[in-house]
Formats: sequence, structure tokens, C-alpha cells
Amino acid sequence: MSGISKDTVLLARYAEGLFWMARYIERVENLARLIDVTQTFESPGREDEAWSALLRINADEERFLAAGGTLDPEGIKRFYLLDRSNHTSVPASIEAARTNARTLRPLISTEMWMQMNVFHRDVMAISADELTGDHLTRLCARLKEGMQAHTGITEGTFFRDQGWNFYMLGRLIERADQTTRLLDIKYHLLHLQGIEERRLAELTQWGGVLRAAAGYHAFRRVAPAGFEAADVVTFLLSDRSFPRSITLCVSQVEWHLMQLRSRYNLRGTVAALERIEEVRAALSSNSANQLIESGLHDFLDCLQRDLNLLAGEIGYAFFRDWRPEPPSQKQSLGAS
Amino acid sequence: MTSPSDPFASYDFGAYFCELTARDGDGGAINRVRDRVSKIGLDALRTRAAGAEDDLINLGITFTVYSEAEAIDRILPFDCLPRIITAAEWRHIEAGVKQRVRALNAFLHDIYHDRRILRAGIIPAALVLGNANYRPEMENFPIRFGTYVHICGIDIVRDRHGTFCVLEDNARTPSGVSYVVENRHLMRRTFPDLMAGMRLHPVDDYGRRLRAAMGDIAPEKVLDPQIVLLSPGIYNSAYFEHVFLAREMGVPLVEGPDLLVEADRVFMRTTSGLRPVHTIYRRISDDFLDPTVFRADSLLGVPGLIGAWRAGNVTLANAVGTGVADDKAVYAYMPRIIRFYLGEDAILPNVETHICGEPEGLAFTLANLSSLVIKPVGESGGYGITIGPRASTAELDAARAALQADPSNWISQPLIDLSVAPTLTAGGLRPRHLDLRPFAITGRDTWVLPGGLTRVALKEGSLIVNSSQGGGSKDTWVLADS
Repeated sequence: MSGISKDTVLLARYAEGLFWMARYIERVENLARLIDVTQTFESPGREDEAWSALLRINADEERFLAAGGTLDPEGIKRFYLLDRSNHTSVPASIEAARTNARTLRPLISTEMWMQMNVFHRDVMAISADELTGDHLTRLCARLKEGMQAHTGITEGTFFRDQGWNFYMLGRLIERADQTTRLLDIKYHLLHLQGIEERRLAELTQWGGVLRAAAGYHAFRRVAPAGFEAADVVTFLLSDRSFPRSITLCVSQVEWHLMQLRSRYNLRGTVAALERIEEVRAALSSNSANQLIESGLHDFLDCLQRDLNLLAGEIGYAFFRDWRPEPPSQKQSLGAS
Repeated sequence: MTSPSDPFASYDFGAYFCELTARDGDGGAINRVRDRVSKIGLDALRTRAAGAEDDLINLGITFTVYSEAEAIDRILPFDCLPRIITAAEWRHIEAGVKQRVRALNAFLHDIYHDRRILRAGIIPAALVLGNANYRPEMENFPIRFGTYVHICGIDIVRDRHGTFCVLEDNARTPSGVSYVVENRHLMRRTFPDLMAGMRLHPVDDYGRRLRAAMGDIAPEKVLDPQIVLLSPGIYNSAYFEHVFLAREMGVPLVEGPDLLVEADRVFMRTTSGLRPVHTIYRRISDDFLDPTVFRADSLLGVPGLIGAWRAGNVTLANAVGTGVADDKAVYAYMPRIIRFYLGEDAILPNVETHICGEPEGLAFTLANLSSLVIKPVGESGGYGITIGPRASTAELDAARAALQADPSNWISQPLIDLSVAPTLTAGGLRPRHLDLRPFAITGRDTWVLPGGLTRVALKEGSLIVNSSQGGGSKDTWVLADS
């Protein structure tokens, strides 16, 4: 009996677990970024409004109120950082990521599992104390670092067979989705009329959005002379080099789907690849100024829906349990 | 050489057999380990032991204990002082285990085919055919190489004279082997100075051997068999072990819903569609394997699996229906079973056992209740045991009532003074009782993993080594011939 076997198969359940584990982790990292930027750039006197935006972009308002939350910074921080019964919270996402990791233990590296296990313990121990004052920023930094440690360990230790492609698909789709939300958080700023008001907003608020996306410095390099809101929108939607831009995420999604197709002969990629074409067409059909004009919020909503459909196509083609039926009528993007 | 700080200074193993301090071992090897432990000293032992336990927690090398409200992940407490088996002792144990596995397989083949042993009156037919784990589905069903028990764990204890005896056979889905390997890795990381230069049998070969055996037993016509490990899933208390074994074998760990049966063939759901499966190392008990044959409410199994197996398209390891051979009442007959099939005396003797289902056994047990250990035949994990010499009057009364209500559910054995080994406790090194579970893999032939799982009862005086009842484990060193 000799050596290396020629093909590796991947259980549908494992593909599904990898995809979702990566999504949950990406979600936590972004949530930490959003919370951090909300804290840092909340306008004095308008704190409630700033924190409410977090609920709005995650479409969590109804659930938050139903769960008896009070619309103040304290309540919203708790909702996202302490409340395990809120499935979009950091602890709930980490719990879900770890459950997936546990399912995936035969596949992921011991180091990935160990980091997840230890990080999970830390997250479950977050206390109300850590949400106050200057502790919060440090907490967010710790969350980001924990997830970046995961990402780094994965990069260095995870076997790059098709499982890795599914992992990356989950991460990139979630990342693109989160970028749409990050853009949406400040959309009300787009409609400020006063020149002075706009200038201030651009300097601080948009700067904050860029920092949350870890894109401030890169953006300054591509727009050294100063900028308008539309430039930030263009950067986050369409920059070809920025790791969190929708365009770059979507091209990488496409690359991973092509890999699955060519290296592993997975034919089920066709529908997902078609969805990519649609997203790309939507991104290139309007300039940022046009989008701002015609309603960026609706466009971002549509983009989120399309990313969902894209994920659904992957699930339907390859997963065991999460297999949303493909919609009979494909929706087209940005046509409204 | 003892100084005031010598951790062995106040170590007193009394009348028991001590595995570490009562002898020098091959060429003084055991002696050398003892000296090294002394040199490391109690404080360093404690620091390193704590580090080792942190390691286990971080690595998630845990088993799950379910209370009413929640599931708690616990580590199997690890005691850092190794249990040492000499080369000669191991040769003896290994031969005894192989003999026992041969007899178990011969017995299973016989009772599901010709039933010679029943006709010869060696063992009561009712005990076998009326056993809850007897599976009529197995009658006259051909099994490759006559191997029913592919993975076997045999629980061995040592009495106060140092004699190894078998306490129990585990022929269904014995667990614990992952700890054997993990304990060794932990030991290498934590106590390199204790191990330096020691010539030990390695334990890393288990996964490869298991995989080879699973390949051997695959349906004959299959050239390149797909092997999988079937687990009940992440909520099972032995899930870590399932992961470990799947990884060591390099095969997928599947759950029931990952498999499906079409036209008596088993497939697994992959990203590229359905792929055939040929050998299933299942860590699910018979009852849950196939809801169309056994428990209809099982969500863990695969509908149609038994049909596919009977059609010869897939092999299950262990085979269905092996539980009748490791029954505690059948155990009592093992020396006679060995003699009947192999024409040999048992290399490893049984512990003297009284079968309460038989009138003499019941009478003897009732008359000597306070000096016997009374065990239910169907339980595992150390549950339901009454230790006569240590029981209160009320406990003895309860045991008597249970015996009289359903005699055939019970056996009794004399209290064995299990051997001890020094174990790190809050009060320093203290003697604690041990057992040993060697693991045997059988495809075409039988291979025994050198050593096995040493379980240690961490509570003072306790004889119950089960992890669910406060037991821990030790690394088990088998000295290689010098």
C-alpha cells in the first residue's frame, strides 16, 4: 500500500462548516470594527443616534426592542458584546464558530482549534466592566486581534484543498456583506447640505468609516489631495487593491469558485458564477455620484440581497443542511 | 537515597503491590525513573503537572459530562508519574490479550453458526440466546476472517501478589485509546528529562494499524476501499477520540446523516456528489445503527445500513452482536470458553466470579455479601457497583433486595486489592489504585498496542477508575528488551 492517494473528497457537511465558521469569524472582526468606530467617532450629544445606527445596519432593531432593550449606548453595547441569546452578538457568533470548529476538528489544524478554543473562553468571560470608558476600545482591539490570529494561523497551517476554498468563500462573502453595512452606517451624512457641515463630516465621520475598515491610510495614498464622500464610496465599493472592497472580495470569490471548478471538477459552481457576473455588472454600471443621487442605501440593500443569493447558490450546490432553494426568478441588481 | 525533600520520603504503599517502588525493573530502569522523579522534586512536579493540564484544556482534549442542565467539557485528569510495565510482563499480557481475542471471535462465530459450545453444555444456552445483546440478524452471516471483534479493550488488574487478571472484556466500542497516545505526547513535552534515554515501545502506530485492518476487512471485491469513522457527533462524550482516530487513520469522520443507502450500497454526501463507502468503523452502538432494523427512533444511524451490510457491500467494525461476548455473566465462562476453542488454559486468569443467575452463585453471594463486590451485568462505566466490605448496612440491604428481585442481572467477585502507583496529590505522592486497558486490533491477525490505557482512581482508597467517577490516567510505559 503506497503513499499519497490521488484525490481527496470533502464531505458536504465539512464544506458547510468551513464556510460558516469563516463567516462567523469575519462577522466578529467586523462587528468589533464597527463598535470601535462608533465609540470613537460618536458625535458629542448624539450618542444614542450613533449607536442606533449599529442596530439599523444589522437590521436588528425589531429584535432588540422585542428583547426589551433600551435604545441607549449601554443597552446596544450589551446586546452585541454580552447577550448570548442575541444570535448576532459577538459571544453568540464565537459560540457558533467554535461549534463549527468542533465539527471540523478532523480537518482543521490543531493550532486553529486550540486558538479558537482559548479565544472562545476569553469571549465568554467578557464582563460588563469591559464595555465602559476606555476599556471598550481595548476590548475591540482584543477581539480583532483574536480573529486576526485565527486568520494568520489558518493561512499558515490549513491544508489548501477544496476545504480551504469553501472557507475562503465564506470569509469573502461575509466581508463584502460587512463592507456594505459599514458604508451604510454613515449614509445619512450624504445628505448634509451645509458646506461647513459636510467638510467636518468628511474629515471625521468618513475618516472613521475608513479607519474601521482599516483603509484610511491606503485611501490617503490613492486620494492624497483631499476627498469627497463619493470618493470614499468608490474606494470601498470598487477599489481593486483594497482587501475589504466589494470588487476585490467578489473577484476573489470568483477565483475560488473557478478553482473548485477546474481543480476539483465541481460543476455546481455555474449558478454561483452567474451571480458574480450580476454583482459585477451592478458595481460597474453606476458611478458613486449617481448612486448617492439615486439612493445608496437601496443599492447597498440590493447588494446584500445578491450576496445572499450567491451564498445560497453555493449552499444549494454543495452543502448538506443549509441548502436554500434557488429562487425561480433571478433578481437583477440596481435596476430600480 | 531519601532526603527530607524527597517526594518518596513519606510514600507508603502498605500491603498493595506498587508498580513503581516495589521493584527495580529491567536493568534498573524503574529505579532510574524513581531517582529522576526525586531529583525533579515535588514543587517542579506540581508546576509541570499544572502546565500539562492547561495544555489538555487548551487543546480541548476533553470528554463531555452531561448533568441535568448542561454539558460540561472535562479533561481526563492526567497524572504525570508514569506506570511502567517491564518487557517480560508485557510479553505475558500481550500473549494473554491475543489469546482472549481469538477466543472471543471463535465464540461469536460459533454461537451465530453451529452453537457447538451450547450443545457441549459449556455455557447455558439461555445465557447466550436470551442475552439482550444477542442479535438473531447475525445467525449464519459470513464475516471476513471470522473477525467480529476488530477493536477490543481488555481491562486488566493486578492483585496484591502482582498477578495480572482480566476484570472485564470490552468487545463493542471500547474507548480510551486516544488518551494513550495523547498522554505520551504530553509526557514528552512536559517531562523530557524523565524520559531521556528510556527505551520504550512507541505508541504512535495505532492509527496506521487500525487503518490497515479496516482495509483488510473491506468487502473482498473492492480494490481501493473507502473507510470512514461513524460518530454520533460533537455531543458524544467520546467525540474527541473519534476525531483523533479519524485523523490518525486519515479517513473522514462521518455522522449518520452524512451517509445514505441506495440499492443496498452505502454512500457519503460529498461536495462532488455521492461517494461509495466500504468499511465503517462505527462508534455507535448496535441499537442506534439502523432505525429500520433496531431502534426506530435513532437519528444517529443510517436507514438501510444493515441491509447493505447483509448484502456484502459494506463492512462494519466491530460487527453487530458482539455485546453478547463481553457480557459480565458470559465473562465468568471465559476460561472455559478459551479451553473449549483453543485447547489452552487462559494465560490471563479471570477474577473469581459468581453468577447470581445460577442458584449456587446467588446463594454464595447472599451469604457473603459483605465481602464481595456486586456488579450489574449490563452496566458500564462503574455504575451500579456495591463494594461489600466498604458498604453501609443500608447499602448492603439495598444490594440484597436488588439481587433477589432480579438475580440474573448480577454477578459478584471478591474484592481485588488492585495494585497501586505513586500519584501526585495535594498531600504529595500517594499510592492510588490502577487498572490497565490494552487495545487489540484484529483484521486478518491481531496486533496489541504496547501498553494501553492506565486508569487511576484519584480518590484515596477508591477502586473505581472510571473517568465518569473521578478517575484519571497515566502514561503507560512498556520497557523494550535491552
